[in-house]
Order: sequence, then structure tokens, then C-alpha cells
Amino acid sequence: MQDAQKLKTTERRLRPKMIEGEHTFGTVSDRIGGITLKRRTPFGWFIGFGIGFLIVQVLMSTITYLLFTGVGVFGNNQPVGWAVPIINFVWWIGIGHAGTLISAILLLLNQKWRTSINRFAEAMTLFAVACAGLFPLLHTGRPWLAYWMFPYPSTMGMWPQFRSPLIWDVFAVSTYATVSLLFWYVGLIPDIATLRDRAKNKYFKIAYGLLSMGWRGSARHWHRYEIAYLLLAGLSTPLVLSVHSIVSLDFSVSQVPGWHATIFPPYFVAGAIFAGFAMVLILCIPLRVWYNLKDFITDAHLIYMGKVMLATGLIVVYGYAMELFFGWYSATEYERFMIYNRVWGGPYWWFYWLLILCNGVSIQFLWFKRFRESAFWLFIISLIVSVGMWLERFVIIITSLHRDFLPSSWGMYSPTMWDVSMFVGTLGLFLTLVFLFVRFLPVISIFEIRTLLPQANVHGHSEDFEENVIDVQDTEKT
Amino acid sequence: MAQVFHRAANNVAKISIVVAIILAGVAGYVYTQVARSSYLTGRYLEKQQPVQFSHKHHVGDDGIDCRYCHTAVETSYSAGIPPTQTCMNCHSQIWSDSPYLEPVRASYRENKPIEWERVHDLPEFAYFNHSIHIAKGVGCSTCHGQIDNMPAVYQENTLQMEWCLACHREPEKYIRPKSEIYNMNWQDADLTAQERLNLKADYKIRSKEMLTSCSTCHR
Repeated sequence: MQDAQKLKTTERRLRPKMIEGEHTFGTVSDRIGGITLKRRTPFGWFIGFGIGFLIVQVLMSTITYLLFTGVGVFGNNQPVGWAVPIINFVWWIGIGHAGTLISAILLLLNQKWRTSINRFAEAMTLFAVACAGLFPLLHTGRPWLAYWMFPYPSTMGMWPQFRSPLIWDVFAVSTYATVSLLFWYVGLIPDIATLRDRAKNKYFKIAYGLLSMGWRGSARHWHRYEIAYLLLAGLSTPLVLSVHSIVSLDFSVSQVPGWHATIFPPYFVAGAIFAGFAMVLILCIPLRVWYNLKDFITDAHLIYMGKVMLATGLIVVYGYAMELFFGWYSATEYERFMIYNRVWGGPYWWFYWLLILCNGVSIQFLWFKRFRESAFWLFIISLIVSVGMWLERFVIIITSLHRDFLPSSWGMYSPTMWDVSMFVGTLGLFLTLVFLFVRFLPVISIFEIRTLLPQANVHGHSEDFEENVIDVQDTEKT
Repeated sequence: MAQVFHRAANNVAKISIVVAIILAGVAGYVYTQVARSSYLTGRYLEKQQPVQFSHKHHVGDDGIDCRYCHTAVETSYSAGIPPTQTCMNCHSQIWSDSPYLEPVRASYRENKPIEWERVHDLPEFAYFNHSIHIAKGVGCSTCHGQIDNMPAVYQENTLQMEWCLACHREPEKYIRPKSEIYNMNWQDADLTAQERLNLKADYKIRSKEMLTSCSTCHR
């Protein structure tokens, strides 16, 4: 009795539980698997999917018009040759990074809280990369010749220009997409097998049966699975850093003031993880309410993600500060003018301040428990951060280009309706893919959630358990 | 619960991985062959012309110099297609009533050019100039083959970019002395490597970097 009392008083010092409610292995499978195997698709799903699918038609119309007319339909023109398409590309690619970070780095660091969110964060990565890929592909004007960017024994007798960061992009992004897909799929196999075994519908049985690749859950299967998953995590880990570093080199390798800065790679990577966690929060806050998954995606998860957002956001703000510092420290008139033009002198000055407001000011609320622990405020801040990250790329790309070295070539940029419809269209594509994913695949890793249950620790000395004991002993001494 | 797939499906899956890899390899090889095939490049395909004109007869048997008809080859981007009048220089005198030559005479009478079929058709985005190649020691037969053996002219080479670049990267392998430009029987082995290098210097042929720069051919 006294022991129990002691435990209760020290509970606050323990790590927060990553799973709530009374659950057994069976109820976990029922709850998560049930989302896909339920006989009736909820009406709300059709509404969400319908909205997404309608917006996909906007994307399709835009692409059709673009292919029949040419890239002139976009607003890109001298001096702003790179404009909204590359902003959108960088924005989407950045969003994907949280998925890879959660699945790879947090796995290697043995962070238990990744288990509940890694599956749909990885799915989000894939969908974001798919949306991102559309922009560079379509802005080439002749996407059917995009394979020219890959090194293959062509009749042109040439290799791609390996010294160009744009070619590095091709490799970085395609590697990223491939490894992310493999990682996501390998992680799905045991769960798909669970669904296969529980499905009543014949077609689902066949589809899940094909996808689960004969998984029987034997000890040998698990052994191989663990090795493969760990290897893929190792492969993905450098990708978290490399992909957005290379995207940032698209800019920093050039000599345009505002682009040519050494801080770009780490600054972009932090921004990517920042934006990615914002998107994970945007997705998981409604998801856990609609599908009643609060037991698995607990408040503790949201708080952790809020903290990561705060940390990476502060790195990004440091990046903004350094950009200003570099402008002054360079003692170059072009760099100094760029800062002057960006911050208060130029026509786009208010984009900069909007950016500071969205990415710099809004995250300061995350210092406070009240905001961090409120799903509502986390959701709002995440939305603001998503807008802010888009503005960041706008400020970097457009504001730097529209006032370049030669005053005679200065100009203004405005997107056309096709720029807008293309971006909105990819949002629709993303939404559609998310809804399809939620409907047909387990949104949370069933078998990994099971390992969080006390029943999984049959030997009673899991790492968590040991940590808890130490924590309790500490309290007893004091 | 009964499984929809039999145990044997596992083996099918494993085999399909191997098959997919092999198929991908085969597809890659087939691509490299098809992309360079005469089906796509038109190489070695004889073109039928409105007049049964034989280069083999006029060049090989009669020994007429290329420049007699292709007069602009040393001074212009185009070698030039001879006007009907050039044909009639001789054919008003010899074979003047041959039925084979009726289209030529008709063209002369009506002052209407013969519509020859183009054999070597470079795409518009590639800039090509005959005169510079002649001036720098590239012989006719290097690109066009032994025209003096062709009753109907065909394309001797693929005209693909890799073919152009093969010479632009190492021009010293393909050049010959000025006196041999119109020699249809010239062989590259007729000069030693050193002689060809000297020739390259004499012709003042520019560096590989200049010759393979994008704007050399895509202007």
C-alpha cells in the first residue's frame, strides 16, 4: 500500500506513457486494423476524399493546359526565372523530412514515441515527395524527356552535367523517394499480413495477400525484418541531412546575393524538419480525433512534436539572423543592398516581416506549457508555420532575383492563375493520397504499438522499465 | 482462416524478383540497340530519287569531281544541289534522248527544279556548315562514305549526336591533307598518328573544349 502510494507521487517524474487506456494485443489490432477493415466507409471519409479528388482535377486541368501550351503559362520571366514552381518544390520536399527523421533517426535513437506516428509520417513523406517531384518535372516544359537528366547510354554521347546542383537534385530526390518508399513498405509488411488474416472481403484478401509477400510471422521472418529495417534506417539517416542540403545548394552554389551563403545547407535542413513536424501535427491532430486514436497518439506525442518544432524553429530563426549578419559582414554592396531590399527597402518587404511573424514569433508560444499542451494551439501554430515556410522560400527566391546585379534588368514578379492552380492542385493530390492511405492501410504501426504494451515486456527488464525504476529510487532517496 | 495464396506463391514471388531484374537488364540492352538501329536513324537505307541518278556511275566510272555539281561545298553551309542546267551541260550532248533522263529534260524545258529526296537530314536545332569542315581537313567520305560505290545514295552514318561528338572530341583521328579531301578511297590509316597531329596544328583546329561546347552546334 505504501509502495503504491510512493509510486503514485513519483509518477510525474516518469516518462509519459506512450499508450493510454486499457489495451491488449488484440484490442490494438482491432482498433487500428478496424479503420481499414470496417465494412462501411464512414461518410466523413467520402467528403474528405471527395474534396481532395475535386482539387486533383484542378491539378489535372493545369497539367493538361501546361502541356498543350508550354511553360509560358507560368509567371516565370526575367529577371525572376525561378519562381513559384521551385518554391513549391522546396516547400513540399521540406515537408517530407519529418517523416524520415521520425522513422530513421528516432528509431536509431530508440525513441519510443516515434512508434505511433512513424507510419503516417512516412506516408506523408512519400506523398509530399510525389507532389514536390511534379514541379521540377513539369517546369522543364517537355517532361517526356525528363529521363535525359539520368545518366544512361544515350545516343547524344553525353552525360548529364555532374557539376550542376540541379543534377544532384535529381539523384538526391530520386534516392530519397526510393529509400522512403522501401522503408515505408518494409515497415508495413507485418501489418498488411495482419490485415490479410483478418480481412473478410475476398478482394482485400488478395490485395493484402500480394502486398504482404508471404509474411507468416515466423522467427526467421522477424529476424530478417529487424535486420532489413535497421539497415534501411541507417540508409535513410544521412538522407535526412543530404536531401535538403542538396536542395539548398541549388541556390547557394550560384552567386546571386541572398542565395550565395554558406549557412544554407543546415539552415534548409532545420527548416525542412520544422515544416515537416508542422505538417505531421496538421495531419495527426484531426486524425486522432476522427478515428478515435487518442490512446495511441497521446497528448505526450503532440508535446514532443511541439518541442521539436520549437527547437528546429529556433535554428531557422538563427539562420534568418545569420543572413542579416552575412549581408553586413560581407562588406559587399550587393549583399548589403539585398538585405536592405529584403527587409525594408524593396517592394516585397512585407513578405519578410510576414515570414518573421509566422516562423519567428508564432513559435515562441511553444515555450509555454499552455500552448504546447493544447492540441488546438499546436494545430494553429503548425498551420502558421506551414505558411511561414512557404514565405521563407518566396523571400529567398523571388526577393533575391527581382533585384539582381544589374539595375537595368530589375523587375517585378507575380504568379499567374496557373501557378496558383498548380500549387492548390498538389495540395489536393496530397489530401487525396492521405485519405486513400487512411482508408486502405493501417495508419499506425500495429505490431510496433503492441511492443509498447506492458504485456510485451514479459521479462520485465525493458529499457523503459529500468529507467522507471531508477527514477523511482531517486525519489525515494530524497 | 484459410489463406488465398498457396504456399507455392512464395516461390513465384522469389522467382519474379530474379525475372524482373533480368528483364530490366534485357530491356536496357534492347534500348541501346534499338536507339541506334537503322530503323530509327535511316542509316544504310537507299532513297529512291525522281531521276535514276547514279553517283557510282558519275563519280566512280566517269571520275567527275564532287565540286562539279556540289559547287558551294567550300564556301557555304550547304554543299548545294546542282540546278538542272548543270546536268544539261553534258546531257544536252550525250544520252540526250534517253527515256531515263526525261524528268531532267522536262525540268529544263519547264524551268522547274527537280525535287530530289534529301538523304542527309540534320535536325534544325543543329547548326552545320560544310565549308568549315572542308577547310579543316574533313574529307567527303569521312561522313558520306564511299559515294563512288553507291548507285543510289544512302546515309553512311547515324547522324546522331554521339557520332558528331566522336570527331569533335578527337578531330585528329579523322582529318586528312587538303589534297585528299575529295579522294573517295582515302583511309585514315594513310597517315600516321603523328602526321595527323601535325595536320591538326597546321589547320589550327581548336581545342576539344571549344569544339564540344554547346553553342558550337546549337546556336
